[in-house]
Amino acid sequence: MIAVRDLTVAYAGRPVLDGVSFTIARGEMAGLLGPNGSGKTTLIKALTGAIPQRRMTSGEILLNGKPLGAYSPKARARLAAVVPQRTEGIRGFTAFALVLMGRYPGLSFFGNYSPKDERAALRAMEEAGAAAFADRPAGELSGGELQRVMIARALAQETDILFLDEASSGLDPARKIEIHDLLARRNRQGLTILSAIHDLNLAALYCPRLIVLKNGRVALDGPTQEVFTQKNLSEIYETEFIICRRPDRDAPQCLPVPGV
Amino acid sequence: MRQTPDTCALKTAPARPGRRKAVRAAAVLAPLSLVSLVAACLFGALPLGMDEAMKILASSLGLLPGVSKEDFDPLVWTVVVSMRFGRTLLAYCAGAALSISGVIFQGVLRNPLADPFTLGVSSGAAFGASVAIALGLGGAATLPFAPGLTAIPFFALCGAFGALLAVLALGRAGGRLRRETLVLAGIVTASFLSALISLVKALNEESVAGIVFWIMGGFQGRGLADLALFFPYFLLGLAAAALCSRDLDLLMLGETQAGQLGVNVSRSRLILLAGASAMTGACVAVCGVIGFLGLAAPHLVRLYQGADHRPLIVNAGLLGGLLLVWSDVLARVILPGGAELPVGVITALLGGPFFCLLLRRKAGELL
Repeated sequence: MIAVRDLTVAYAGRPVLDGVSFTIARGEMAGLLGPNGSGKTTLIKALTGAIPQRRMTSGEILLNGKPLGAYSPKARARLAAVVPQRTEGIRGFTAFALVLMGRYPGLSFFGNYSPKDERAALRAMEEAGAAAFADRPAGELSGGELQRVMIARALAQETDILFLDEASSGLDPARKIEIHDLLARRNRQGLTILSAIHDLNLAALYCPRLIVLKNGRVALDGPTQEVFTQKNLSEIYETEFIICRRPDRDAPQCLPVPGV
Repeated sequence: MRQTPDTCALKTAPARPGRRKAVRAAAVLAPLSLVSLVAACLFGALPLGMDEAMKILASSLGLLPGVSKEDFDPLVWTVVVSMRFGRTLLAYCAGAALSISGVIFQGVLRNPLADPFTLGVSSGAAFGASVAIALGLGGAATLPFAPGLTAIPFFALCGAFGALLAVLALGRAGGRLRRETLVLAGIVTASFLSALISLVKALNEESVAGIVFWIMGGFQGRGLADLALFFPYFLLGLAAAALCSRDLDLLMLGETQAGQLGVNVSRSRLILLAGASAMTGACVAVCGVIGFLGLAAPHLVRLYQGADHRPLIVNAGLLGGLLLVWSDVLARVILPGGAELPVGVITALLGGPFFCLLLRRKAGELL
C-alpha cells in the first residue's frame, strides 16, 4: 500500500510538488498523468527515496504503513522497484549484468550473486523479452531493447510495488503494447503499479485509475471513466480534445484537435 | 511478484564473456606476478646469476632444507633478500594499491580520468611528507599520540585526505559534483600543492634532497621495513574495495539509480574513498609520488574484460603490481654506471602518452 500525505518538494524555494496526497491500495494499477513539468518524475523519485530529506519540506510517504525514511535502502528496494526514465553509465556492462543488479537488495553486506540470483535474473529477462540479448553490451542495445532490460531488472527485484517513469516512451506501438501487456499480467498476479505515462490513450487503455498532476498538485484522481473526459483533459492540457470510444474495448480514447 | 516458480527454459546463466576473460587474465597475471617477484631480484648494479638468486630466495623462504644463510656470500645474501626482494615486494604492493585506488576513484566519481595522481591526492600526500621533513620530523621517532606511527606517513595521510576533501569541495561548487569540474579541481589542487612543496623546499635548503625524492617517487633504498609500514594501510584499502565492490558497479549508474536499487550511497562512498585515500597516502609516504599507474592499469584491464568491478579490482591490482615492478627494474638498469632513475620518471614517461590517448578516446563521453 502506498500513501502520500501532503507531500511538498521544493528546489531553491520553488515547490515542484505542492501538497500532494493520494493512496494506492495493494494490487491497484494507477496511471500518473500530467503535462511536462507537472512533477511526475519528481513524485516517482520521492517515492523511491531519491529525493533528499531536506527537499521534502512537508508531508510524508508511507509504504505498507511504514514511513519511507524508516526503511534501509536495501529494505526499500526489496519492497519497491522502479523503471527509470533515463539510464546512464551502463556502457561497460552486459544486459545480463544490469539485470543482475536487480538482485543487489537481496545481498548481504559482503555477499555475491548466487546461481539462484542468476536464475531469477534470467527468468525476468525471458518474461520481459530481453533474454535474446542477455550477452550483448548494454551500450549497443536499441532504445526498446534497453527499456526491456530495465523492466527485467525491476522484475528481478521481486517486489510488491513497481513504479515506472515513462517506461514505454519512444518505443514503437508493438513494443508499447508488449510492455503494457506484461505489466497488466503482473498486476493481475498482485503487483501494485504506479506508472507515469505521457501517452494518454495507453494510460486509458491499461490503467483502471488515473492520477493527474498539474503544477505540482493533484488536479484529478479517480476511475479512468470519470477522469478521462473532454472537459478534464482540455483543462489540464489547455488544448481541445475529442473523446471517442474504442470499437473493441470499453475504454475512452482521445484525439487532440489541431489549432489550424 | 513472488509467485513465479523457480523454473526457466534456460537452466544456466548465459555465458558471461567478461567473466571468462577475467579468469583468463588472472590465470596469466597471477603466475607472471610470482615469476616477476623473483626475476626482478636479478637486476641491479651487482651482477647475479639466475641460479644463485633463485637458491638464495628459495632458502630464505625455507624451501631448501639443508641450505642456510651461511652457505652464501653475506653481501650477496643481503643484496638479494634485504634489498632487492624487499624492494620488489614493496613495488608490487604499491603498484597494486595505486591501481586499485584508481579503480575506486574512477568508479565512485564516475570519471575515467580520475586517479590518485590526477585528483591531487598523491600531491597532497607528498606535501604532507615534505612538511614533516622540513619540520625536522623525518626521523624514526614515533608520534606521541599515535604509537608505532612515524611522522612522515602520518603527515602524508593527512595530506592525502586533505587534498581529496579540497578537490571534492572545489568540484562540488555550484551544488552538485560535476564530472568535468572534478578533474579540473584535481589539476588545480595538484599544481597549487606543487608550488607549496617548492616553497617548503626553498625555505629549507638542507632538506631539499629528501623532499625531491617525494616528488618523483622511487624505491631506491626501500625495503621490507617500508613494506611493513605500508602494509596495514594496503590491507585497509583492500578491505574497503572488497566490501564495496558490488556497490561500485551500481554507483556507475549514478547516485539516483544506485540509491533506488538499494545502495547506501553515502556510506559506500565514504568507505571507498577513505580506503583509497589511505592506500594512496601510505603509498606516497613510503615511495613518493608515482603517477599515471592508477590510470593505465585499470583502463587496460577494463578494455579487455569490461566494467564488472570485482574481477576488475583483482586484475587491475595484479597488473598494477607487475607494471610497477618492471618499471622499477627499468629505473635500476637504464642508466649506466649504477645510477638510478626515480621510478616516477619511468611511469610518467610511459603514462603521459597513455593519458593523452585516453583523453582523445574518452573526451566525447566525458564532456
